[in-house]
Amino acid sequence: MKSTLKLALGLASAITASTAVANVAHAEDLTLCWAAWDPANALVELSKDFTKETGIGMKFEFVPWTNYADRFLNELNSHGKLCDLIIGDSQWIGGAAENGHYVKLNDFFDKEHISMDDFVPATVVGYSEWPKNTPNYWALPAMGDVVGWTYRKDWFSRPELQKEFKEKYGWDLAPPTTFDQLKQIAEFFQKRQIDGKTVYGASIYTERGSEGITMGAMDVLYSYGFQYENPKKPYEMEGFVNSDKSVKGLEFYKALYDCCTPPGASNSYMGEGVDAFKSGQVAMHMNFAFTWPGLQKDENVGGDKIGYFVNPKGPDGDQFAQLGGQGISVVSYSDKQESALKYIKWFANKDVQAKWWSLGGYSCLNSVVKDPKFPSSQPYAQAFLDSMAIVKDFWAEPSYAPLLQASQKRFHDYVVAGQGSPKDALDGLVKDWTQVFEDDGKM
Amino acid sequence: MLNRTADNVARATPEPLAKKIRGISDKGLAWLFISPTILLLLAINIFPLFWAIYLSFTNYRANRPNDVVKNLGFANYKRILGDQDIWIAMQTTAHFVFWTILLQTVIGFTLAWLIDRKFRGHAFWTTIILVPMMLSPAVVGNFWRFLYEPQIGLFSYVVSFVTGIPPTNVQMLSNVEMAPWAIIIVDTWMWTPYVMLICLAGLRSIPEYIYEAAEVDRASNWRQFWSITLPMALPFIMLAVLFRGIENFKMFDMVNLLTGGGPGSTTEVASITLKRQAFESWRTGYSSAFAIILFVAVFGLANIYVKALNKVKQR
Repeated sequence: MKSTLKLALGLASAITASTAVANVAHAEDLTLCWAAWDPANALVELSKDFTKETGIGMKFEFVPWTNYADRFLNELNSHGKLCDLIIGDSQWIGGAAENGHYVKLNDFFDKEHISMDDFVPATVVGYSEWPKNTPNYWALPAMGDVVGWTYRKDWFSRPELQKEFKEKYGWDLAPPTTFDQLKQIAEFFQKRQIDGKTVYGASIYTERGSEGITMGAMDVLYSYGFQYENPKKPYEMEGFVNSDKSVKGLEFYKALYDCCTPPGASNSYMGEGVDAFKSGQVAMHMNFAFTWPGLQKDENVGGDKIGYFVNPKGPDGDQFAQLGGQGISVVSYSDKQESALKYIKWFANKDVQAKWWSLGGYSCLNSVVKDPKFPSSQPYAQAFLDSMAIVKDFWAEPSYAPLLQASQKRFHDYVVAGQGSPKDALDGLVKDWTQVFEDDGKM
Repeated sequence: MLNRTADNVARATPEPLAKKIRGISDKGLAWLFISPTILLLLAINIFPLFWAIYLSFTNYRANRPNDVVKNLGFANYKRILGDQDIWIAMQTTAHFVFWTILLQTVIGFTLAWLIDRKFRGHAFWTTIILVPMMLSPAVVGNFWRFLYEPQIGLFSYVVSFVTGIPPTNVQMLSNVEMAPWAIIIVDTWMWTPYVMLICLAGLRSIPEYIYEAAEVDRASNWRQFWSITLPMALPFIMLAVLFRGIENFKMFDMVNLLTGGGPGSTTEVASITLKRQAFESWRTGYSSAFAIILFVAVFGLANIYVKALNKVKQR
């Protein structure tokens, strides 16, 4: 009886102890918040190594892009503890830094000998710094991204189409290097019958609800000469945002929308673009580079059928591309900041970054992207590298949201709804943005 | 058995507590019972309303909790009332409310009148007609988005079949002229059954003997409709109009799912503007002022309408 009692007590103690150990381990689990997309799945895979190395479990909170900003900005604004680590959009950096949502990482970087010089400069400015171009770091560049183009290599290489194109436009059908060329190609393919199916010129960003049309229009406007402000006088926008060059750029974007997009593509963003390309509807497709690994693997349009090209040049030879991507930050309301910093340290490691790229994430570490083998490591690697060298980003001010809402409205009103002129749209944008900065006391 | 249980409970109640409960008047007991509900209402309805009124006079932004909150007086209200975009959103809302109510009332009443004929299988058809109303707006929105799709949508093909226009040219959600009507069609499809149901209740409440008396007086069917059916069902029709009016004034889900307010701002109704200001631009004070203006407008209009409804009922 005594021995049975002892056995029972022993078992009970063991169960209690194991539960306690499990609870301790559970308590140390980190939650990482990000968008629900392909790279997030790659990160889940990658993070298994972190758990193996440190014993710290990883949980993930992924939210679809359409709700990503709403969901996580609400979380940060309400000082929620859901996320220990967050991969926040590049435009959030100003607000997150000024409102104390992110932990400042300078001391940590110094202590752990993590140097921002080891990362692609554009990603450091875009994802980590606030104020911009100052050595104040709030995130580690995590996922490089940029708007670029894919095209149907198999269609472009058809001799009969090449012949017809050359006769019509006088140059060889090939990935365009200027926006004028891009439009000619798009016009050429618009409503063309290929393999018994009607196809269209290009899929571009036109989405109204979040940031789609702004990302698309800006991607073109930069190369036409658009500038956010007077480089010598911050927040002076008159004559820069609405310059003649900007007007021409916006006019071009509308012309491209009107002439060469599939029917009903009035609210198209990343997902819709991928669908249009995958279903064989379009000859060219504007999208962030994160979509490329998935498209490359696609049975119908991937492999040898797909090609990639950098955002073309504007009329004056300027060439820029809209920056995407994000940095990873430690949330200041997290109770597990130490473990979260361990994750950042681990993630900054060279080998981890190399594996990140191999799994489908876009590393921002110089040692990965400047490796001589990098350009040939994937069919899209060179286009990604070239695109990352010419990036520009939207405002990253704390008031980025109202600034974005204004551009969404002005661009959609003109490009999709055809209301007013490009000059009206850009003049209106100057007015709206001026109001936002006046409200912020910056003007 | 029940009495015994009650006796047991009474005996088990401690004497001091029992005395206390016995000392409460009926009115006190009533307050005791309704106080949790009142407290809940105060917490989730009344307090937020007064809080929103307070915020509407400030520059508060929910995403900047550390900023100093300044009192702006009526500046937010002045800015809203002078904002052209707000007035455009209000016009869009008015257009949407007017046409949806008109179509839903006419079609809903007609359906109710037909169903009231009690033809063979009317119960089955009533159930079928009610199906759209039972669906979730999220499902309906997504479902109609596919139907309106110019390349694969059934709607485009039906229109094309009837009119001869190529289906890819039937761009209901992308076309500035058609997009508001696309939303009106979906809302009418979904909520006409609701209006029908209320009208049907009205029609069924008309006593049969009134029609019998009219028959004796040799009143024609047309005369019976204008002199008996319509006047007696009018309070119900007006009630349906009130419900749908209030509901459509704050319409959000369907517009958000179908067009997101686009193309451009063509279908940006007031609630979409409000959501963008409050939760995307984070102008909490400004959007609170806008919400108060909308609340006063709906409340005022509803009150005027209810007075009219009461007059009709008293006739």
